[in-house]
Amino acid sequence: MEVKNRGMAIIDGMPVEIEGERNLLELIRKVGIELPTFCYLSELSIHGACRMCMVEDKRGNLAAACSEQPRNGMEIRTNTARLRKYRKNILELLLGNHCRDCTACGFSGKCKLQDLAMRFNIAGVRFPNAMSEPSVDASSPCIVKDKSKCILCGDCVRMCEEIQTVGAIAFSRRGSRMTIGTAFDIPLAHSNCVGCGQCAAVCPTGSILPRDDTGDVWRDLADTDNMMTVQIAPAVRVALGREFGLPEGENAIGKIVAALRRLGFAEVYDTSTGADLTILEESKELLERLADGKRHAMPLFTSCCPAWVRFCELRYPELMSEISTSFSPMHMLASVIKEQYRDVFRQVRHVAIMPCTAKKFERSRHEFSRDGRQLVDHIVTTRELVRMIKEAGIVFSELESEAVDAPFGAMSGAGVIFGVSGGVTEAVLRRVSTDKSPTALRRIALTGVRGMAGVKHSSITVDDREVRIAVVSGLGNAAMLIERIKAGEERYDFVEVMACPGGCVSGAGQPYAPQAQREMRGRGLYSADKLCNIRRAEDNPLMLSLYRGLLKGRTHELLHAHYKSSVQRTSITIRIRRGKPVSG
Amino acid sequence: METSIDLKVMDGIIDRYETKSSAVIAILQAIQEKWRYIPREAFPKLASRLGLSEAQIYSVATFYDNFSLEPKGKYVIKICDGTACHVRKSIPILERLRGELGLSRIKVTTDDLLFTVETVSCLGACGLAPVLTVNEKAHPAMTPDKASILLAKLREEEHNVA
Repeated sequence: MEVKNRGMAIIDGMPVEIEGERNLLELIRKVGIELPTFCYLSELSIHGACRMCMVEDKRGNLAAACSEQPRNGMEIRTNTARLRKYRKNILELLLGNHCRDCTACGFSGKCKLQDLAMRFNIAGVRFPNAMSEPSVDASSPCIVKDKSKCILCGDCVRMCEEIQTVGAIAFSRRGSRMTIGTAFDIPLAHSNCVGCGQCAAVCPTGSILPRDDTGDVWRDLADTDNMMTVQIAPAVRVALGREFGLPEGENAIGKIVAALRRLGFAEVYDTSTGADLTILEESKELLERLADGKRHAMPLFTSCCPAWVRFCELRYPELMSEISTSFSPMHMLASVIKEQYRDVFRQVRHVAIMPCTAKKFERSRHEFSRDGRQLVDHIVTTRELVRMIKEAGIVFSELESEAVDAPFGAMSGAGVIFGVSGGVTEAVLRRVSTDKSPTALRRIALTGVRGMAGVKHSSITVDDREVRIAVVSGLGNAAMLIERIKAGEERYDFVEVMACPGGCVSGAGQPYAPQAQREMRGRGLYSADKLCNIRRAEDNPLMLSLYRGLLKGRTHELLHAHYKSSVQRTSITIRIRRGKPVSG
Repeated sequence: METSIDLKVMDGIIDRYETKSSAVIAILQAIQEKWRYIPREAFPKLASRLGLSEAQIYSVATFYDNFSLEPKGKYVIKICDGTACHVRKSIPILERLRGELGLSRIKVTTDDLLFTVETVSCLGACGLAPVLTVNEKAHPAMTPDKASILLAKLREEEHNVA
């Protein structure tokens, strides 16, 4: 049994009880001292590189609080003259190696280096700037990496290795020549990067940022020949508001719709409508698999998450045939819209507001083009939409809520919860469950599909047959589960995979939020679901009219993708961590 | 020593070790011994067999100066520039060799892939200072002139072989 570390410590003269904190830093933060750090993130391994969290004991010995065990009787000082001097020195050294074009940086105002430089009153940098020119890799459609803004904290490397087990980037070289990059510094687009963008989500500076495509969107909006249509993904509505002073997790869909109309979009839709189509098509695939009498060694994997699909394509190409062929909700809706307006003379342009960087890659896949044009013209992440709203001078908090447009404005609550890990599964369960009573909804919610755990298990009985389900978020968890299935240790019928820990609410296109706030976003989606008068996809009247009209006899052509692998590389594998799943 | 990269041979080398990530340094050394550098072809091969990503292997390969990702010459001349060799004038030897071979600090290998000239921090043979090694053979108490004679001898050997 694990013995919890207990005892008392004195921090800056205050007695503090040690309650099993993993390191001194946690203990210090518990008493309300915001010790500065760059390289410490509780969900990643401890790196101890930035030395900002250095503390002094009563003998004057120094230690990095993140790498020190709290011990009974410790007397720690966190704010001595010496420590302040050292921290300022560290900041100055970092700034001396940093491209300081802050006003032109996409992370200005959010940057931790900028923030700490202000907090520590850095009035000047005594060192010549060794990194004055940007050094940018803009090859990836998802993220932009600029080495000149890297402080070598390694957060991105550990995220990519430990949580996602992708390992696209690592430290290379040594000492003053050390950088973070791909093998042989090849462009990210040619590496095994899956575009999840979690590296950008944890980067404390502007060294890795989600790609900004707002310029293209503004250009299209300004062109009067275009008819601009837009869709808003579920997870966006619960994350955007906070940037404009609303509480975290508050559903701001009405205001977002209003803002998008002000920006010049002619028709505004909700991706949840597309999610309803995904639910119906994916459930059909699942029911067909259950009924075909064959014993499938592999489950049906969901296809909504583009980073997961890319990961599977690169690491487990043999499993691509087990991934649902149903389009992601975004492409479902885009496909229907583009089909509806096929003959309209004005050029229909479609923009998708997404919490996700990998959607920018999904958009460009050849599986999602029709008549030589991509179904979605631009992806705008939540962060980009925040910038566009600010740029347009729209006072978000004063907007009156508005509803999405007809004819594709109806959606079910099942479609709304797609934005959180377990949501897709819950929506599919509502569809395939033969019990359609109101209490069944509650029972399904309690089968274990909800919550932020990295691996969740659930089961449901359909036609006297037990359907075994797993819900994973974080690609490392997905790889671990696949290895178990391959080894015959587990068997499932349906597996939902989301690349970002906790699902789309934690997407890299979202404003950064610590885990507690991401959970509030998830709760926001579940309450949005409760507010819907339609809770099941099949009860959405729009679905019926679509299947009888536009989609009649054409579901396969318009709503399914057959992934042709675009992988040229011979093999990409990485060590799979066995044992405890990583929670998001 | 071979110049073309036969992946079967590489598999054979990896087979001599346990295929786990902790063996990566030993395997990189063995590969370097075979080809005198770590060919790029080794990375996807090692990645799939050791369960590491290419970036992680690149990280290890670039951390140690001993590993080379560029092809090296048939004769690798290492001039010791540790304290003892340095004070006994190792730099003029280095300059003479570089001058005769048309090499520099950045260009370390001749175009005909015959010679590589590099410095090392200490060969652990301070009593023989200034010392250099040609492949693994040590040459003690060198001078620039002795280095020139050595170079001529190596070239002659090579000529006779060809």
